[in-house]
Amino acid sequence: MTRELFQKELTDLQDDVLILGSMAEKAVVDSVEALRSADLEWAQRIIDEDAAINKKRFDIEERALFVIASQQPLASDLRSIISALMIITDLERIADHAEGIASINLRLGESETIPRRLGYIPAMADRSIAMLRDSLKAYVERNVEEARRVCDADDEVDRLQDAVYDETLRGMIEEPATIERNTYYLWTAHNLERIADRCTNICERVIFVVTGRMEEINVSKY
Amino acid sequence: MSIRVRSTNPTDDEAREALQGRPAEEHVPSHNITKPEGEPAFSISDLNFWYGTKQALTNVGLDIPRKKVTALIGPSGCGKSTLLRCLNRMNDLIPGVTIEGNVRYRSADIYGPGVDPVEVRRRIGMVFQKPNPFPKSIYENVAFGARVNGFRGNLDDLVEGSLQRAALWDEVKGDLKQSGLALSGGQQQRLCIARALANNPDVILMDEPCSALDPIATLKIEDLIRELSTDYTIVVVTHNMQQAARVSDYTAFMLTDEEITGQLIEYAPTEMMFTQPGDQRTEDYISGRFG
Repeated sequence: MTRELFQKELTDLQDDVLILGSMAEKAVVDSVEALRSADLEWAQRIIDEDAAINKKRFDIEERALFVIASQQPLASDLRSIISALMIITDLERIADHAEGIASINLRLGESETIPRRLGYIPAMADRSIAMLRDSLKAYVERNVEEARRVCDADDEVDRLQDAVYDETLRGMIEEPATIERNTYYLWTAHNLERIADRCTNICERVIFVVTGRMEEINVSKY
Repeated sequence: MSIRVRSTNPTDDEAREALQGRPAEEHVPSHNITKPEGEPAFSISDLNFWYGTKQALTNVGLDIPRKKVTALIGPSGCGKSTLLRCLNRMNDLIPGVTIEGNVRYRSADIYGPGVDPVEVRRRIGMVFQKPNPFPKSIYENVAFGARVNGFRGNLDDLVEGSLQRAALWDEVKGDLKQSGLALSGGQQQRLCIARALANNPDVILMDEPCSALDPIATLKIEDLIRELSTDYTIVVVTHNMQQAARVSDYTAFMLTDEEITGQLIEYAPTEMMFTQPGDQRTEDYISGRFG
């Protein structure tokens, strides 16, 4: 094995992507937990901490650009760096959706009675978070089979979103006073659904790194 | 398969006989050899080549497309320059060489009986690693081939046209009488390209044309290669992977390993070759992890 410095730069880059991944994952887990427990201070902290995630993303981007400029990567090295650039964009957006859920929490805080009636939302969140973990695992392991399996889980998230939609719509009809609150729940479900979609993007990149083929695995119906 | 054995060195007769007597080597066609679309400029098949008893090419087969740039890449000693020189019979000039197999140019066998190697080299020109202008004026450098070949047209027009196509005219038009050797390295190389173009070739072979040039002069030659490929078939040997990626339409990767010298490992559209090569050895070479 030659090009030891370059190899180290590639490994460091991947480590950085994983650090960003764990920051995004924490933001999503926390935002859902804060929503469940109606913890508004926690929600505000999640919003404040998003800046660090954005910064981390730009740091990685800069590092990747320098590796491209200085090492002129080709073939699987090039695919790996380009994929890292794509994946960090998805991770940063996932964290934005977590921030969105935290904002919804704050808005609910002003209008909502405790306990909150979240219905299918926690189940949806569990699956979206599992997809995020599994997609990053597939990325580290360069595991195409795992990546495809993660994408399959997106259908379940979509079905749960349909269930949330039915549930909230029924609530609005039966109890017009809850329209505002139910609208926030719809937004929450939308954020979770987008997180799952971003995870399928990450999996598509994993497949690209390994096979060189760009394919859209799972077309969201939303 | 037609087999010819050529040797200008009688002391190698023994070696030649030994080579003729050996059983044909098993040729396993690789899945990673692309056949470009359209009529090829060159069609090479089962090409074997020896310097004396030392084999330099083993069962090389590929089609080189017309009016495209084809890059030959591979580590030192992989046979890429030998292959290039087989395309215009430049290797004929080396004593003791043996060549077997087929090199067809527009379906004519360039090693066939009655084929004049000088005419082959006029139609298939060559530019070398180190710029080698004659110690004459710029004008005479370009006009030289035409004068030797008894050109009857307007020599001034030929010189100007060739210098323009070689992207050198604007830099030298003020003083065509100055010596070709007075030019910078990059200009000298473009002068050599102009000299090759003045013979009105169909093909230009380039053997590491930029390896003696600075980065700016290199980029000018690369731009020129791309421009010329609209009218000429170009085959370029290069050690510079990024250069192959920048200038060529197709790339051939050659390799010599412990068992086989000068084999073609992979041949594909350049875009494929540098983003998703089919053979692990290609991947290792182009990503700099060889050995």
